[in-house]
Parts: sequence; C-alpha cells; structure tokens
Amino acid sequence: MPFACIFVPDFPVESLVRVEPELRSQSLAVLEGKAPLQKVFAMDENARRAGVSPGMSKLQIEACAGIVFRARSLSQEAAAHATLLDCAQSFSPRVEDLDCDTILLDLAGLQPLFGPLPKIARALARRASDLGLKTSVAVAGNPDTAALAARGFSGVTVIPEGKEAEQLGSLAVEVLFGNLAQDSVQLLETFSRWGIRKLRDLAALPDVALSERVGQAGIHLQKLARGATSRTLVPVEPALVFEEVIELEYPLVLLEPLAFLLGRLLEQLCARLEARALATQELRLDLELQNGYQSDESAEPAFSPSSHGRFSRTLRIPVPLLDWRTFLKLLQLDLKAHPPGAPIVKIRLAVEPVRPRAAQSGLFLPPTPEPEKLELTLARIAGIVGDDKVGSLELLDTYRPEGFRMRRFAPSEPQGLKPFYKSTVNAGLKPCSTVDARNSNARNSNARNSNARNLNTQKLDAQNIDVQNRDVQNRDVQNIDAHCDLVTALRIFRPPVDVTVTIQDGRPARITCPKRKEMQGEILWAAGPWRSSGDWWEQEGWARDEWDIAVQGETGIALYRLVRDRIGGRWILEGSYD
Amino acid sequence: MSSLPLISTAAVSRPIAIAVPDWSTPDFKRLSLFATPKLAGVTSASRLEVRPSPQMVSSGVREIDTLTGGLPRGCLTEVCGPASSGRASILLAALAAATQRQEVCALVDISDSFNPLSAAAAGVDFERLLWVRCGVRLQKSGSPQRHPSTLLREGSDTKKKENAHRQIEKPVEQALRVTDLLLQSGGFGLVIIDLGDTPLKMARRIPLTSWFRFQRAVEHTGTVLFVISQVPCAQTCASLLLKVSGKKLSAFSCQLSQETPTHAQLLDGLQIQGELLRSRLERKPVGSVTTAFTTKVRTG
Repeated sequence: MPFACIFVPDFPVESLVRVEPELRSQSLAVLEGKAPLQKVFAMDENARRAGVSPGMSKLQIEACAGIVFRARSLSQEAAAHATLLDCAQSFSPRVEDLDCDTILLDLAGLQPLFGPLPKIARALARRASDLGLKTSVAVAGNPDTAALAARGFSGVTVIPEGKEAEQLGSLAVEVLFGNLAQDSVQLLETFSRWGIRKLRDLAALPDVALSERVGQAGIHLQKLARGATSRTLVPVEPALVFEEVIELEYPLVLLEPLAFLLGRLLEQLCARLEARALATQELRLDLELQNGYQSDESAEPAFSPSSHGRFSRTLRIPVPLLDWRTFLKLLQLDLKAHPPGAPIVKIRLAVEPVRPRAAQSGLFLPPTPEPEKLELTLARIAGIVGDDKVGSLELLDTYRPEGFRMRRFAPSEPQGLKPFYKSTVNAGLKPCSTVDARNSNARNSNARNSNARNLNTQKLDAQNIDVQNRDVQNRDVQNIDAHCDLVTALRIFRPPVDVTVTIQDGRPARITCPKRKEMQGEILWAAGPWRSSGDWWEQEGWARDEWDIAVQGETGIALYRLVRDRIGGRWILEGSYD
Repeated sequence: MSSLPLISTAAVSRPIAIAVPDWSTPDFKRLSLFATPKLAGVTSASRLEVRPSPQMVSSGVREIDTLTGGLPRGCLTEVCGPASSGRASILLAALAAATQRQEVCALVDISDSFNPLSAAAAGVDFERLLWVRCGVRLQKSGSPQRHPSTLLREGSDTKKKENAHRQIEKPVEQALRVTDLLLQSGGFGLVIIDLGDTPLKMARRIPLTSWFRFQRAVEHTGTVLFVISQVPCAQTCASLLLKVSGKKLSAFSCQLSQETPTHAQLLDGLQIQGELLRSRLERKPVGSVTTAFTTKVRTG
C-alpha cells in the first residue's frame, strides 16, 4: 500500500511567508523571545547562506545585511498547519498528523482517481503551493520511509517498493531525529563517534551488536534506515476550524490596506473550504485595536491602557457562498458603514463551514436574483438608506399601529406554477390553457389543438378568456385570475401629520395643518369614530379614535384617515386612501 | 494669378465624342429605378427587423389588463394621478399579482408610505418583496468618530464629510441610486418607484437622463419597471402611461343628509377612472381609451 508524506521545511518561516508572499524573495529570520533577548528560532535558505544560524541573537543578525526579521507567530503556524491538513484531506480521507510540519496520507485506492503515484505526488505539491506553502512530497511503500524521504529530499520523490534502503542510504543520520529530545541527542552523538554519517552505514551495522550497545531504540532506527518498518496510519479527524490570523507590524488606520489583507485571508479560507468541498454563510471578523481604545457598538469608548481593544463584526449570508471577492466586498461595505474607529494591530477572520447549496433553476420558473449579486446589492442599498430601512416585512401579532418589523430579505426559491395560473398563447393556436404543474400523470385531454409548449408530463385544458377590443395574436399575456376585488390602499404618513380639528356638532368639520397646506380644508364627509385600544397592560398602552374623512383639496377630493389619540389628546392624519 | 483654361486649345479643334445611351436597348432597361444599386450602409426600410412585442404580465386589475393588455416586461410603465385616485391600490394589485407569480419584487418607497396591512389584505407575499424605505437617515446616538486622529477611513475622505453628506442626501436622490443598483443587480420581476407623495417640484427635478437610463437598464430584461407619480415624470421614456382619477366617491355624497350620524357612514371604496394616454406597444396610435373600476375597503 503506498503512502505519501508532505513535509514543510522551515515551517515557522513558511507560515509567515504564506500570508506575506513578498518575503519569499528575501532573507527571512524568525525570532522568538522577548525583547531584547530575542533569538533566532528559524530561518529560510537565503538567510542560512548569509550566515544566520539558530540561537543567534538579534544583535548578531543585524550585522548581516539584507536580513528581514519577523516575530514567531503561533497563530499563523496553527493556520498553516490547518491548511496543510486541508490540502492532504482533499486527496485522501486517511491522514495522520505526524507533526506540525509533516502530514502522512494513505494513497490506497487513489490511483484510479488521481492517476499514477508520481502524478499524485506532483498534484499534492502543486495544491500545497497554491495554498502558499512550499513543500517536499515523498511517496513510498510504508509511512516511515515516506516521512524520511520527504524530510531528506527536496521536491517530489517516489521510492519504488523494494528500493527503500537503496534510496534512503544517501541521507544523513540526522534525518532520523525529527525532534531534538535528550535521548535522541545522545544517540546522535554515539553514531557520530562511531563514524556513522549516512543511513546506509547505519543499515549495514550488525543487529545484535547494535542492540547490545544502544538497545531497542537503535534497532528501531536501523529498521527505519533500511525502510523495513511497517505500521498503520493513525488517522486524525481534526475539528473543522477555518480561521486565519495575521498580526501587523504597525497599526492600520486606512481601509484600503486592511481590505488588501482581508482579501488575502479570504482567499486562503475559500481555498481551504474548496479543498473540503464546503462553503460558508457566516463570517466573523475580530480586530484587535491599538492599546487603550475600546470600540464597541453598544458601549461608549473606554480608555484602558493595559488592554487591547476589540472590534467584532459578524456577517451572515442567507445562502452558502464560496466567492472570496463577494465576501471581501461585503466586508468592505460593512466596515465602511461601521468603522472600528481605532488603529488595528491584529486581524482574525473565521468562517463557519456548511454544505454548499445545490441549486438548479427550473426551466419554467420565474428568474430570481443571483444570491451573490443580491447580497452585494443589499449591502450597498443599506449603505445608502440604512440597515433598518431595507429588507422584507414581517407582520407582528398585534393590533398596535405600525405593528410590523423589518427583517433580512431572503426570498425563497419558486416552487413551480400555481394551479390557477392561466395563459394565452400565440396566434394560430387555441388560446388559453390551465397548467397544473403538480399533476405529474398524464390525463385525458379535451384539447383539440396541441400547444407548442406542451410539457411531457402535463396536459392542457382549453379554456377561453374573453378579451375585449384587444388584438392579442402576437402577445403572451399571463393573467392571474383576478377574482378578488381590488383592495383600497391606505398610504401611511411617516411621521403622522399633526393637525388641528374643528369639531361641530360632535363631528369634525374642518382640519388645519400649517405644515401641509394641501391637506387642510373643509371636511365634506366623515365616517366614524371607530375606537380601538390595546396594550393597556404594558407601559406603552394606546387608545385611539379613527375617522375616515373626505377633504376638499386643491386638486380634488382626498380621503384621509383622521386619528385622535385619546391618551395624548392630539389629532393626526395617519394616512390617505389612494 | 492666371487661371487655367477650362478647355485646352488643342482639344477644341478635335471633335469630342459623347456617348448617348440608346433608350430602347436592354442595357438601359437594366438601369431602371427598380435595379438601383444599394447604397453602402443604408438598409431598405422593408428589411428593417420588426421589434418583437414585449411579453405582457397581469397588472392584477382586470380592467387595466383589458385596457392595456397588461404590464410590458422590459419597459417602463407609469401611472399618474392626484391623491385618492387609486394609484396605491393599483400598486398593491400589481405587487400581489407579481408575488403570486413567484417573482421577486422591489419597492422603492421614496416617501416611506407603504402600508403593510393594506398589502397583506391585497395578497402581497412579503417574502418576495424587498422594501426600500428612503428618507433621512437617523444618526446613531453619539458620533461614530470617537477619536478623530485614529479613524479607519477610506482614502483621504474624512468620516465627518461622509456623514454630513448622508444627512443632506434627499430621498429622491437615494431612490435614484437605489433604483440603479436594483436594475443592475437584475433578477427582479417587478421594480416599483413610488413617487406618489413626493412634492411635485422634487419629482419634476428628476432628470430625463435618469429615466432614460432606467429604461435602457430594463430593456431586453424580464423586469417590469413601474412608476407611480402625481404627474407624468418619465415622459417619452414610458412605454405605457396610464392616468387615473377618482370618480364620484362611492358611499358618500356632498348632498348626504346631515341627519345621518357619522357612525352610520361607511367608506366602501373608491371609484376609479383610468385613461390610457400613451402606449408604444401597438403599431397604430391609440386614441384616448378609458376604463373604470372600483376598489373595496378591506381590513387586514
């Protein structure tokens, strides 16, 4: 059974370069520790050639020209490790997390899917490179050999079965010791004293003599050197956490560079989601603000010199999406409407993974706005009129006036033609048909002439619609059966218009409105009052008398709804019948 | 400056032969008007493509459908009339018809006068209606600029200028921008711009270029752009112009006896008269055609 290993050399460096690709062309050294005692923890090949070695202090490195420093970031290493796992799991479901920089995969059964082993290895390297990690990939007959080959050889290596000892023989003994534990250091020193430099030297030692001197540990290392170990993978099921973090060298105050960084993070997250065939409909943005500034939408700013402020925004999208450009635009619009108000020193972006939607539009269904475009449009409209001024309606279970609330606009998918849908057809064909989309069984039809739009599973019943004085031969008219009476609409005045009412014989006779002179005048007709009240058990109870009045205006007679607030005593025009 | 002679003296002495076509020869007949060669870039009028008629959808009012054939897709339809002339009732009927067809609709409410209860009584499906309420934006309590020197701002514009600009942005300007966004987004079956309560001078200030831009945006799409106004605003950009007015209002009369108490009176509805002023959907010009219908008061 073939196994593959993905190894990331100089993992702390690669985790930083993943979010700052421009550092790849420079000599980069990663420092660890607190200033001024920072020491070199890792470096890339360019820095190594320039003379940087682990343990050097920052002062010593500054003597080397052209070295770029970065502080070690555990969060970014965690993100890079998660990316590596996503990359591996996009190929094989059986993955072992050997180390933060080493992942093992079981390639059994994948050759019919992805091709021969060398092709799989190259695809692994390419996928990791697309995710921003420079890796070494090795394929062998057992996992330990694959791990040694990935650590020892750069690029893509394929070790044929039976050739493990021969291929591994040229590697240095140090490759057997992934971590520098105390006993490993002692064994390495022992081998060094014996003159064992390469794995072939270790493999050639006699078994019994080796076990007598260094014990079973030495035997195990010899088996590794020979490529003769055999074990099963310990698969890992990591929690699906899609999060990217970036710490900034200097605080950000402008939206444009922040958008640039957010775009990069979103691109990484979307690539990781795509590797697992997932999407997202929730983005969480957490910004750490510069010392002393607390930015909270619900609280007044508070100054706290010892702590970092936090600013969080959550974007929820009604449908799962995977377009990082759409997410970036939504975040930009949201930040423009709700700025953090302080410099940013750290960015954390997380997404909630969900199954992608499998939507297929029907051929005969009415078109609907594309979800991505609709979200952007709604965000832009909210930026113009306000968040609470755009959306769909929800009526509340109350008799209180204005008993509704705005909610997020999320239209449902159309379900198909309704049974009372009628349509006339083009000239030359018998007009009208009633289409019952729910009837999937063919029925005996009375239609003499077939419609060019006959569906395979539906029959049309001929029905004539009487059209008066119109030529509809070249026109399709979709008529809803308008059997319902036309409802008289009431246009609401927001805010209501305060008026002064003259009462005569117990009925309103005249209204006066200084602000809206077109509404004042003599009341020609009045109906009412209709008394209503409610919520008297609440703090905000209401009680009102409603009148329907007709007022002679400049352009004609206008009908209004006049309301008297019995609690406040004021008269208002609530709306006009139109 | 001496001028060149038109005819050289050497040519004058030689007789000039001029070919005169023989009128009876077949060659001349080929040069008749019926065989006039086609001019480059000019297409004969008879070969011009006939623009296909737009698809018509129901307006929700049977009488209007009979009068106009419905509302045309990909065109701008305007309904104008004074207050209490039935405009909002027609608006709700169109919304109800469109949402029942399971189309997604958008209402750009410039005056924020949409009544949810009336809409519910008319049968509007709120799940498919996007309501955009234009108007003056309410500022949050406390300025968002907590520390002006450390703001997250875009480019060189300060947040104060942007907020000040938003405060003075008029509802009509908001509506025009929102309509642009909705039409560019696409996918809406019906987009309504409600200018019913907008003051006349503000409505008339909407430039014709905006209406032309809207009309071009919906052309070749399945979107019905529906405008409600007091007076015609879209002018030539409207393919269909319907004027409504309230006829004698039913159930009441100015000569009603004063002895009838007010609590015995009831508003039944409106009697509306509609007049088709313009229709570009027919080849022959349409004369002034009218229709009448009534509305019923129904509580939600």
